[in-house]
Amino acid sequence: MPASRFPALIAAILVVAGCLLTADCSSETVKAASVKPDSERKQAPEFALKDADGKLVHLSDYRGKVVLLDFWATWCGPCKIEIPWFMDMQRKNKDRGFEVLGVSMDDEGWEVVKPFLADLQVNYRVVIGNDATAQLYGGVDALPTTFLIDRGGKIAAVHVGLASRRDFEDGIEELLQAPTGGGITRAAVSGQLVAR
Amino acid sequence: MGVLPALLCLVSWSQGNGHLRVGEPGKVAGKRNAMVQVRIPVMVDKGFHVNSNTPAEDYLIPLKLVFNPGGGLIGGDVVYPKPTLEKYDFGDQPLSVFTGNFDLVVKFQVAPDAPAGPGVKVGKLRYQACDNKACYPPKTIEVSVPYQVQ
Repeated sequence: MPASRFPALIAAILVVAGCLLTADCSSETVKAASVKPDSERKQAPEFALKDADGKLVHLSDYRGKVVLLDFWATWCGPCKIEIPWFMDMQRKNKDRGFEVLGVSMDDEGWEVVKPFLADLQVNYRVVIGNDATAQLYGGVDALPTTFLIDRGGKIAAVHVGLASRRDFEDGIEELLQAPTGGGITRAAVSGQLVAR
Repeated sequence: MGVLPALLCLVSWSQGNGHLRVGEPGKVAGKRNAMVQVRIPVMVDKGFHVNSNTPAEDYLIPLKLVFNPGGGLIGGDVVYPKPTLEKYDFGDQPLSVFTGNFDLVVKFQVAPDAPAGPGVKVGKLRYQACDNKACYPPKTIEVSVPYQVQ
């Protein structure tokens, strides 16, 4: 091998080693099995629900971001397993255009949800859901039910029940790496809801 | 009774949905002031469980049967079956649960001033069911116990 090629070879080795060591190789493409192809995705229904501060939160507020929408409840054991994962995912990906949005399905509302969130030190926004919202999302009955929503506001994956952390991480990564879509527009979605 | 009428009778008595049903309670009859008890059969769908009356964790909703006051029967202490401890995918610790078929035994006293004749004691059974991967919203179903004051 000509000596002139050594610097290029060394550089290539260093790049590969760097990727392997940091697991942050930007050229790596993650493909999650649970993420649907773009052509099969449907628009995530719009809703408006109140957060812990009483502020109305619209799904369309998250336009341009990848959203993990988690329907959960305080009495749900499997939900308690996933919530710390979601906190980690929020921490790691917040600056990359990712947000977790929790929808509590507790009938008792903030009276039980606020202490729960404080106890777990949940670091993402949570709203109180209702039957109408659940119906919009296919009549969510089993909890947890989690939707991964792409930057264009379309549902890219649904997990009913306890899923694997890896499935979520791969799905989020794939959606974050995807080219930026058009974002959610309120005019484009149907069935708007207002919090009770 | 033929098979079909028996089946229809069972279906008509089964109350509840959401992975748990309540069957026909046993017969209750007694004189005034007498202690009586009734067995209420409960069936949990295969692959599901409900939290016992004494769940292992505070956040879990217990199975609880409570009778409305009034009528010819007073009291209504419920004897729950012994729960089983089961380990599920979503927890490190075993949970105290009821699965399959079991009976709730309820102890009443016939009221001293109960009028002779038939009556119905009504209660509410609250429970919350899960399977190995997911949980379902808590439900409250009405439980009716027909009785006869002799």
